[in-house]
Amino acid sequence: MPKIKLAEKTIELIKEICASFDNKEGELINVLHQVQSKLGYLPAEVQEVIARELNMSVAKVYGVVTFYSFFTMKPQGEFPISICMGTACYVRGAEQVLSEFKRQLKIEVGQTTADGKFSLSSLRCVGACGLAPVVMVGEKVFGRVTSPQVLKIIEEYKEVNVEE
Amino acid sequence: MINLIVDNKPVVVKKGTTVLQAASSIGIEIPTLCHMKLEDMDIENKPGGCRVCVVEVMGRKNLAPACVTLATEGMEVKTHSIRVVNARRTVVELILSDHPADCLICAKSGNCELQDMAHHLGIREIHYKGEQSTYREDTSPAIIREINKCIMCRRCEMMCNEVQTVGVLSAVNRGFNAVVAPAFEMNLDHSVCTYCGQCVAVCPTGALTEVDQTGAVIRALSDPSKTVIVQTAPAVRAALGEEFHMEAGTLVTGKMAAALRRLGFNYVFDTDFAADLTIMEEGTELLGRLSAYMKGDKNVKLPILTSCCPAWVKFFEHQFPELKDIPSTARSPQQMFGAIAKTYFAEKLKLKREELVVVSIMPCVAKKYESSREEFSMNGNPDVDYALTTRELARLINLANIDFRTLPDENFDQPLGESSGAGVIFGTTGGVIEAAVRTAYEVFTGKPLPRLDFEELRGMDGLRKATIDFNGTPINIGIAHGLGNARKLLEEIKAGTSEFHAIEIMSCPGGCIGGGGQPYHHGDVEILKKRQRAIYSEDKNKKIRKSHENPYIKKLYEEFLGEPMSEKAHHLLHTKYFDRS
Ligand code: SF4
Ligand code: SF4
Ligand code: SF4
Ligand code: FES
Repeated sequence: MPKIKLAEKTIELIKEICASFDNKEGELINVLHQVQSKLGYLPAEVQEVIARELNMSVAKVYGVVTFYSFFTMKPQGEFPISICMGTACYVRGAEQVLSEFKRQLKIEVGQTTADGKFSLSSLRCVGACGLAPVVMVGEKVFGRVTSPQVLKIIEEYKEVNVEE
Repeated sequence: MINLIVDNKPVVVKKGTTVLQAASSIGIEIPTLCHMKLEDMDIENKPGGCRVCVVEVMGRKNLAPACVTLATEGMEVKTHSIRVVNARRTVVELILSDHPADCLICAKSGNCELQDMAHHLGIREIHYKGEQSTYREDTSPAIIREINKCIMCRRCEMMCNEVQTVGVLSAVNRGFNAVVAPAFEMNLDHSVCTYCGQCVAVCPTGALTEVDQTGAVIRALSDPSKTVIVQTAPAVRAALGEEFHMEAGTLVTGKMAAALRRLGFNYVFDTDFAADLTIMEEGTELLGRLSAYMKGDKNVKLPILTSCCPAWVKFFEHQFPELKDIPSTARSPQQMFGAIAKTYFAEKLKLKREELVVVSIMPCVAKKYESSREEFSMNGNPDVDYALTTRELARLINLANIDFRTLPDENFDQPLGESSGAGVIFGTTGGVIEAAVRTAYEVFTGKPLPRLDFEELRGMDGLRKATIDFNGTPINIGIAHGLGNARKLLEEIKAGTSEFHAIEIMSCPGGCIGGGGQPYHHGDVEILKKRQRAIYSEDKNKKIRKSHENPYIKKLYEEFLGEPMSEKAHHLLHTKYFDRS
């Protein structure tokens, strides 16, 4: 078994969340949901702590994590990039935009770049159809994005160094 | 009581009976694939997932899966109407459309429930062409997972979680990518898997099988520079015949010895001999702890736990490392045999240990793992070179074109082939502790046993207990088979509430007769009971039935070991355990 190497603080946080659901096996999904919202993702070590706290096998926890696409085991990049694949965006070229992002970042949907800066995901309609195709980087929305603009968006964020 | 009609025949059943059971009670067998029930053992898998068992219920629009549908008053069921048979064929064709057509070279061929089903339904063409899943193969010291062949019946998951409470396997991912796998889809040998092989024992297809070492054994047998010897575990003789279409429970001890000789083994020995040796060591250890305890020594660890099942050993190393001082330090019979063979016997033959190859025939897949543990080797040369399952031995016998059923009965060779009846009963749940009682009683009380059959220790209940009167001293004995049952006794020990002085633990339901390497029982618990009866009858027919009366064991101590628990015995016959948590 991989050894648990989480920070004491993180372990405490997970334990608290489990305890708030009375450490019940039946509450697994709620526990996973809350832990992911706090930590951003559910790596193996985290699942092991949850399994221990809820007194169930980690294989079962992993089974649930992999069943729901909402749960992720991979950390998000510093700047998560999401491309809307709603109908409006799609007909106006979202797919080409997405493949340009893949090409530039050399990653697939669901992956994160090696330097941890960017991760890529696709979204259902975000309700900004007037701006189609829509790309979001973190909370920021970019409208009417075309393939040639992709590199510019990436460059813009490469410069940024978040709070040192 | 409920009245219903199945295929125009009236049936009366108790409330809570499924349509499958109702039909079976009047001899109508509805085919099943995912469903499996070990009657009287409280082991059942019924996810209702495969839909092979569908039947037509008059007045209902949809076909109903018989294994999960309860019989109701006035119900009228058709189990083999055209509509039902067509639906069944469609289901099986759909399963086959995502199944590698590997039958010709599959390890499970001839024993595969999916293959049988396709044959039974006369499927000659698969009308559905679809994408085929590809999943990497996972090889461990004992078990191979070829998950492409998984049909998601989830029997293995039930065994691993509910019966064994090991929790290695779970359904993961979803839809087309769904498979049964360990957490994070890691390989088995990185998981807490005990290699008990109970998942292998119930898998209907070739998705889970044992590591095949027959090739290596054939190579050793054809190497003129090697002397190859073989030992056979007690439970093998009570099951091997099934592989040659003999009635379950037929004892084939003599034919097995004859077959091994014809395969070219230079000496055919018996693990039962080493089982007697185990009793000498483990029994002495038990008595040592007991007398210290009675003298008021508060540090003595009781209960003592048996240690001959390697899956059980791995289980507590992972799950109860804080109790690792409690089990007996005695090695398993397989490993005692290996250690004695590569020292005492090799010296007799004037061979270097590298020139001697020790093969074991085991009912078990965990024995493959056990023999690969580092502490059981010297300078990289293992005490036991290869551990074959009962099934693998049957394959070797077929390969060599030996007509097993017509073989004469032959004896084991000496000096490592003689055993008492006590050694034989190691093969069933309750047997190890009964064997230990036979010897410990006489050594402890200095008196001969008034009786040899301890009925109170026998049976098939998952947890059993009995108190044996050691001439005024009551000794409380516990027995567990199946790791979930063992877990209950361990929790008591941890909590300090255990009433026992000695506990026997076997990982497999039924003990080694139900081992993961035995001929497949396909869910028929009667087979296990028949094997158990065979073991006890072999014991009954033995002239010597107590380990300490085995003359070759006495000789081994005189010539080589000194006495039980001597320094030499410690070095060769005992071991230590590791914290693997
Ligand atoms: S061998 Fe036993 S412990 Fe390992 S996966 Fe199979 S059932 Fe579980
Ligand atoms: S591995 Fe075998 S037992 Fe387990 S779900 Fe797949 S087919 Fe069934
Ligand atoms: S009970 Fe016997 S067959 Fe089963 S794992 Fe233990 S030693 Fe092997
Ligand atoms: S056998 Fe009934 S659903 Fe599989």
